Amino acid sequence: MSLVIIQYNAGNIQSVLYALERLGVQATVTDNLDAIQTADKVIFPGVGEASTAMEYLQERGLDKIIKNLKQPVLGICLGMQLMCTYSEENDTNCLGIFEEQVKLFKPNEATIKVPQIGWNTITNLKSNLFKGVSDEIFTYFVHGYYAALGEHTIATTNYIQPYSSALHKDNFYGVQFHPEKSAKVGEQILQNFLSL
Amino acid sequence: MLTKRIIPCLDIKDGRTVKGVNFEQIRDAGDPIELGAFYAEQGADELVFLDITATVEKRKTLSELVNKIAHKINIPFTVGGGIKTEEDVRILLQSGADKISVNTAAFLDPTIINRFAKNFGSQCVVLAIDAKCEEDNNWYVYLNGGRNKTNKLVTEWAKEAVDLGIGEILLTSMNHDGTKQGFALDITAQLGETLPVPIIASGGGGNEQHFYDVFTKGKADAALAASIFHYKEVAIPDLKQYLHQKGIAIRL
Repeated sequence: MSLVIIQYNAGNIQSVLYALERLGVQATVTDNLDAIQTADKVIFPGVGEASTAMEYLQERGLDKIIKNLKQPVLGICLGMQLMCTYSEENDTNCLGIFEEQVKLFKPNEATIKVPQIGWNTITNLKSNLFKGVSDEIFTYFVHGYYAALGEHTIATTNYIQPYSSALHKDNFYGVQFHPEKSAKVGEQILQNFLSL
Repeated sequence: MLTKRIIPCLDIKDGRTVKGVNFEQIRDAGDPIELGAFYAEQGADELVFLDITATVEKRKTLSELVNKIAHKINIPFTVGGGIKTEEDVRILLQSGADKISVNTAAFLDPTIINRFAKNFGSQCVVLAIDAKCEEDNNWYVYLNGGRNKTNKLVTEWAKEAVDLGIGEILLTSMNHDGTKQGFALDITAQLGETLPVPIIASGGGGNEQHFYDVFTKGKADAALAASIFHYKEVAIPDLKQYLHQKGIAIRL
């Protein structure tokens, strides 16, 4: 199986690569369009800012490639948000794979911190991405923007309000949390993706 | 529900954990990778590696160590100690660190906070503050590992740093550090209640009750400790079970 991690101007790509290595899988980190299109599976990671990331993808033609991929694709954190239609982060039009919109967390009391940093539960798990994963398990989140609930929601997390902590449509999967940093449950979810 | 975080801290010198530890489960207790992996297995929510090496080769040895840690450990970790430039940060993040912490260098040149936040994102920039309560009952910022006093109030510096783009604050009370008599609840709560970023409390944690207090009265988002974990005075699974039973949101 060939596994590609899309290289672009976002952080945490190494962490994803190392997490896959711990599962015994060697991935290739590349922005080569052919390599991405012909891979068996594609991971679209990222920690960063939406508008600069989208500009980078557009300059290299990656935006059109990604949304037309036919193999299983897993977006992580910013990667998942970029797969949505629109992000409030610097008013950015994104790839439009998921119709859900990405919005800024608005604290409803002074003690609520933004970004959300830490471990929170995922519930209402609805996909084989979560095979063997128990409901209300903790995963690690770092984000200031969230994808709203919608028809493609396959996991829900509550922070200020319920939101989509995972999305699924056709061959596209996205998770807001970081499976590569979510201890054993994260490894299980990555393994599930590899087994799709 | 977002949980409170328990964070063991490992001091590193020349690639080794400083302060001996005595764990039967660990073959080489001086190996920070092995110790970090052990804590991750025990349920630590994050790790902090603080490098106190003072040699010129530091940058290279540290980045190599961080790379090995990143290969092995499946929870987030922060690296701090002598970080001054964007290049320092870039190397550590590329080596696999999730966050970096800055202290003295940021105080001496606060513009680095702004530059780090812009280039790498606020979420990976932690401000470490060494704080000491003086006789006038005010908390002051100390630099250089607590050796040099400044006239800056902790509350002022923390606010400025948040405005410049810091993503988290690691607050160490020098009055409490090493005492095992409990965390500095007042100043921790003061920051927690007024600032929009998470506060990691450090210094003074000696038993399970102290952690409960810092999460409730101290309003901390996370609590950090070193020797009580290293010397098994408090075991992380027991601590988390205790906090959970007392109604604190915690990851078990």
